Amino acid sequence: MASQIERTGVPTKEQIESTLPGDERRAKGPYAVIECWQEIPCDPCVASCPFGYIAPMKNINDLPKLDQESCTGCGNCIALCPGLAIFIIDETFGGEDEAMIRIPHEFAPLPEKEDIVRALDREGNYVADAEVVRVQKGKSGCTVLHLLIPKKFILDIRAVEPLPMR
Amino acid sequence: MIATPEVLIVGGGPAGLAAARETVGAGCDTVVLDDALEPGGQLVKQTHKFFGSEMEYAGVRGIKIPEILLREVSDSPKLKILLRTTASGYYEDGVVTAIFQDKKVLKFKPKKLIIATGAQEKTILFPNNDMPGVYGAGAVQTLMNVYGVAPGTRGLMIGAGNIGLIVSYQLRQAGIAVAAVVEALDRIGGYWVHASKIARLKIPILTRHTIIEALGEENVTGAIIAQIDDNWLPIPGTEREIECDFICLAVGLSPLSDLFRLAECEMVFVPEFGGDVPLRDTNMETSTKGIYVAGDVGGIEEASSAIIEGALAGISTAFSLGKNIPDYERRNRELRDELVSLRSGPVGEHIRSGIAKCRISAKTEVG
Ligand SMILES: Cc1cc2nc3c(=O)[nH]c(=O)nc-3n(C[C@H](O)[C@H](O)[C@H](O)COP(=O)(O)OP(=O)(O)OC[C@H]3O[C@@H](n4cnc5c(N)ncnc54)[C@H](O)[C@@H]3O)c2cc1C
Repeated sequence: MASQIERTGVPTKEQIESTLPGDERRAKGPYAVIECWQEIPCDPCVASCPFGYIAPMKNINDLPKLDQESCTGCGNCIALCPGLAIFIIDETFGGEDEAMIRIPHEFAPLPEKEDIVRALDREGNYVADAEVVRVQKGKSGCTVLHLLIPKKFILDIRAVEPLPMR
Repeated sequence: MIATPEVLIVGGGPAGLAAARETVGAGCDTVVLDDALEPGGQLVKQTHKFFGSEMEYAGVRGIKIPEILLREVSDSPKLKILLRTTASGYYEDGVVTAIFQDKKVLKFKPKKLIIATGAQEKTILFPNNDMPGVYGAGAVQTLMNVYGVAPGTRGLMIGAGNIGLIVSYQLRQAGIAVAAVVEALDRIGGYWVHASKIARLKIPILTRHTIIEALGEENVTGAIIAQIDDNWLPIPGTEREIECDFICLAVGLSPLSDLFRLAECEMVFVPEFGGDVPLRDTNMETSTKGIYVAGDVGGIEEASSAIIEGALAGISTAFSLGKNIPDYERRNRELRDELVSLRSGPVGEHIRSGIAKCRISAKTEVG
C-alpha cells in the first residue's frame, strides 16, 4: 500500500515535525527546514548554502543533510531548490503570537510589500491571512515571499494563493 | 553534393548539444541537424528550475541550458547547426539524408554519426481521443511556454509522472485551471516534491483512476473518469464526469530510434525505456561501428544524464577520430562514474535494469 506522500504529495504530521530543530535553536532566530523526503538524483541545495551547512552528498541521490544548529537562516537555498521544498521559519520575528516564514513563490502577478495575502497549507487549504513583509526577487527567477503569520501556524503555512491574473 | 563533416549529430537537444560541445572543442568539423526552430530539444519549453546534478546545470531553468551548453563553442567555425532540418534516411553506404527547411534534400557522409533524436509522446486509447482538445503534454507545454497560447481554460491531466505534474504546475502558473491529475498506478510516478507543489495549489491527484472517454461534439467539453481495480479495469459505479475543455496526456515517452534501425544497429525492446533502443557499449557506440547514441533516444531518462551521455559520446567520437583529448581516460571514467552515481538511487532502479538489457557484451566491446 502506497504511503500518504506517495499517493498525494502531502507529508504526514510526523514527517513535518521531524524537520524542526530543538527548542533552543528555535528560540535563537531564523532557521531553514527542508521538506525533502525522497531519494532522487538532485543536489543544487548543497552548493546553494554559502556557508556549507548543507553537507556535500556522497551520492547525488542522498537526502540533504542540513546543520540546523549552525544555519544562519539566510535563505539562499529557498530559491535554488528545484523542488521548492525549503522554507525559512523565524519564531523570533514580530510579536509574541507572530512568526515569519519565507516561502518560494512562482506566480505572477506578485503581491507587494504590506499586502495581505491568503496563506495556504500543503493541501492548498486556506489557513490564515498573512502580511507580506518583503518580496525578494532572485536571479533564479523564483521569488521569495517573507510573510508575517500567526505563530501557531508555522508548521502549516507553506504557500500563498496565487493572485488573479490581470 | 555530399557533405563530409567529421561528425554529424542528429538532434540538438541537451544530448546532441553536449556531444557537439565536446567534438567541436576537440577540433572536429561538426554538423548538428535539428528539426525544430531553435536548438535545445525538450529544454526550450521547460520554464521550471531543473532537477538533477548541479554540475549539469540543475537549479537553472531548462530554457537557459541550451545557451549555456553552446557558450564555449558557438563562435567556432568548426560548428554548423542546421535548424528546421529533419534527418530522413540512412543508406548502406553511410549516407544520411536530411530535408532542409522544406526546401531541399541534403546528403551527408560523416566519418562518425551521433544520433540524439530524443523521444516522442505515447498516447492511450479511449473514445474520442482524437477530438480537438485532446493534447499530448509536450504540445501543451510548447503552446504555453514557447508560443504563449493557452490550450484551454480548464484541463484534465492524465498521468502523474514528472511530466504530468510539472505541466500541471505550469498550466496553473499560466492562469489555467487543472481539474485533476488522473493516475492509474496506486502512487505518484513523478518526484514527490513536484506533487507537493501542485497539492499546495489544491489540484487533486487521483491515483488508481483512469479516463473512460472524452465528452463533446466538436471539441472537448468534459471527460468521464473512473476508479480502477487491481487489474486496471474500471470499477462500475465509480464513473464521474469532470468538467474541462481540454485533456492533456502525459502517459510516457517512446524513443525515436528509427535511424538506428535503418543503420541496422542491433536493437532491443526495453520496457523500462519505453520502446526499442540500440545496444551500446560503455562509450555509447552502437553495434554499427562509428554510430553513437546519446540521451532519451537510448532510453527515456533525464536531461542531466542526456548531457553526460552526450559528452561521453562526444569525447569517444573525437578520440576515435584521433583527436588529442587531454586526459581522455580520466574524463571518460569521470563521465561514466557520474552516470552511475545519478542512476544509483531508488528512483534509478528501472534505469539500471534497462541499461543492463542494452549493453553490448564485453566481447564485442573489445573488437
Ligand atoms: C515536462 C518535462 C519536464 C522535464 N523536467 C526535467 C527536469 O527537471 N530535469 C531533467 O533532468 N530532465 C527533465 N526532463 C527530461 C529532459 O527534458 C529530457 O530527458 C531531455 O531533453 C532529453 O534530451 P535529448 O537531447 O536526449 O532529447 P530531446 O531534448 O528530445 O532533443 C532531441 C532533439 O532532436 C530533434 N530530432 C528528433 N528527430 C530528428 C530528426 N530525424 N532530424 C532532426 N532532428 C530531430 C528533436 O526535434 C529535438 O530537438 C523533462 C521533460 C519534460 C517533457
